Amino acid sequence: MSTIKKLAVVSAAFGLLAASSSGVLAQKKYDSGASDSEIKIGNIMPYSGPASAYGVIAKTEEAYFRKVNAEGGINGRKINFISYDDAYSPPKTVEQARKLVESDEALIVFNPLGTPPNTAIQKYLNSKKVPQLFVATGATKWNDSKSFPWTMGWQPNYQSETQIYAKYILKEKPNAKIGILYQNDDYGKDYLKGFKDGLGAKAASMIVLEESYEVSEPTIDSHIVKLKATGADVFVNITTPKFAAQAIKKNAELGWKPLHFLNSVSASIGSVIKPAGFENAQDIISSQYLKDPADAEFKNDAGMKAWNEFLDKYYPEANRADAFVVYGYTVAQTLEHVLKSCGDNLTRENVMKQAASIKDLELGGLLPGIKINTSATDFAPISQLQLVKFKGDTWERFGEILSSDAGG
Amino acid sequence: MSAVEEVVTEAPAVEAVPKRAMTLGLGTSLVVLGALVLAPLFVKNFIIFQMTMLLIYGLAVLALNILTGGSGQFSLGQSAFYAVGAYTSAILMEHAGMNYALTLPIAGLICFAFGFAFGQPALRLSGIYLALATFALAVAMPQLLKLHFVEHWTGGVQGLVVTKPDAPFGLPMGQDMWLYYFTLVITIGIYIASVNLLRSRSGRAFMAIRDNEIAASAMGVDVALYKTLAFGVSAGITGVAGGLGAIAVQFVAPDSYTITLAISLFLGMVVGGVGWLPGSIVGAAFIIFVPNIAESISKGLSGAVFGVLLFIVIFLVPHGARQIAIVAQQVLSKFKK
Repeated sequence: MSTIKKLAVVSAAFGLLAASSSGVLAQKKYDSGASDSEIKIGNIMPYSGPASAYGVIAKTEEAYFRKVNAEGGINGRKINFISYDDAYSPPKTVEQARKLVESDEALIVFNPLGTPPNTAIQKYLNSKKVPQLFVATGATKWNDSKSFPWTMGWQPNYQSETQIYAKYILKEKPNAKIGILYQNDDYGKDYLKGFKDGLGAKAASMIVLEESYEVSEPTIDSHIVKLKATGADVFVNITTPKFAAQAIKKNAELGWKPLHFLNSVSASIGSVIKPAGFENAQDIISSQYLKDPADAEFKNDAGMKAWNEFLDKYYPEANRADAFVVYGYTVAQTLEHVLKSCGDNLTRENVMKQAASIKDLELGGLLPGIKINTSATDFAPISQLQLVKFKGDTWERFGEILSSDAGG
Repeated sequence: MSAVEEVVTEAPAVEAVPKRAMTLGLGTSLVVLGALVLAPLFVKNFIIFQMTMLLIYGLAVLALNILTGGSGQFSLGQSAFYAVGAYTSAILMEHAGMNYALTLPIAGLICFAFGFAFGQPALRLSGIYLALATFALAVAMPQLLKLHFVEHWTGGVQGLVVTKPDAPFGLPMGQDMWLYYFTLVITIGIYIASVNLLRSRSGRAFMAIRDNEIAASAMGVDVALYKTLAFGVSAGITGVAGGLGAIAVQFVAPDSYTITLAISLFLGMVVGGVGWLPGSIVGAAFIIFVPNIAESISKGLSGAVFGVLLFIVIFLVPHGARQIAIVAQQVLSKFKK
């Protein structure tokens, strides 16, 4: 039986679906992993190893799908969530992905975590035409529907974030002299590229120094001294938590008070701001897209109330200050939305099609005003952020919701 | 150390190298070989892939076995050699467009040279100090691969994606099955070569050094040469395994070759039986499948369950699979009488 014919039939069906927009198909269609009673969702997460702190994401997802099942499932089908440990080791990720696809016959591989593990399985999943949906990494390369039509990101990517900072600078401080400190690896370069793209033609004249450091360096003090000496009045701080804390502290010691942008990777109050000292971190600008569970503002927010009720019932041992719990909850809701809109057509192709046709989806865990949007060419579901400024001992949101779509 | 010493003291050495101490009998070997050749015809591609990984890790454990079981030197740095082999193959395939089969001997040679060179300073160290020195190598390797000036070739943190080869000559088999048989042939070749190496003059020199370095040098064995040679051979085989691993997994990245891999290989050697070459495959099976079993028992405590299983194995059969094989053999011979 020719696969091409099958595909043709399926895509014709989409056409009809889109045209009628009734959401009901005359016929039920399934790929392996889906049936009248069940949908198999595969997942790979580092429960052990150096990145095991992320394991809580899959635990939250598992709890959320239990909730979905308890409430009747998705269009009457229960979700069978199969999650394996890869210990953040790419060869193990490949083994687990193959197990999910070939042995468990999962319909999709959902939210696997980490840039190296996802890179390891991207080619395999795309050649098998299995959706690698809503990967849990901020690299920009996941938004590449042309080369990898079966892979889709979820969270705002690094380039989007710095593009937003660049836009803000162009608007608020068009004559800024910008000093950049970035980590010399793909993460740092991804951010840097987004920032320069955001400044566009003015990048060359505005940036006075691009200073890089190696992860292996014990301290970045000398780089800060160098940046201060350029007389820059805007400091773009693209560093991981340990170095971010050092940078904030050193700035205060030197009495250098530029407009300070801190990448969201290091926006954690507990592991960066507190060690650096609250008094040193005042007025630093960063960005957020998820609600901070510790934020008093959301105490009576409907979305966070629902989140708390879900945790009470299905995941009572969760740490409620942990942002990953909000993350897992929100990404699981996004998948629930996609599967619901698939109706009775649970083929892998239709899952990708529906995932690529999300329009203005608002979820309880996202900041008010942030909407998920995708299209056949936009595989970056969340591309909006809100700027936050550090005041007192917490981040305060300010300004509009800003958006930017960066492609890989 | 004691495990190594006991290997020697356990059976009275009649032959210079007791064959049974190192290999399986001919009959058993043929049965195992038959099983390895026929099994892929009846299982899913995913299982074939796992079996390929089994052979690859088996090779890496075998290499460590030659070093530790043969010449009595410890190494916690095998992951570094594995990484060098994997990157050599990946870089030659992706940047130089070389045929995958040709990259393996090159990976082996480069790793041999690397291991031989590393063996020089290692000469001054022995026992736990050598283990620590090699440990340093394993810890350093993932970071070295990310260094700026090699990033152009290694792909930095992102790693390199490797293209999986198709079966040649239009053979009617899938990529996984072809790669399995390809790996099997190489594994058997290296296995036979290793057995012969350990039975040869050089092998006897290795073991003399293992048993008593001073006595060995008194007998005229060039201790320095053979110690570094053991390192070179071990690293070379590990490099070939690494190259095969890169082709099978289709991806190399620094995170794939951390110290955890080195410890896994070491663990596989102990579980398989130090100095007993067929045990390498058993040890590889342990490090591949037991974590999966542990995970299926408890996801949150998979590490703890793995630890308990490992503890049971070490407690009940401290000499690993080799001990089980010896017991089985004794039972069988009694049965025959």
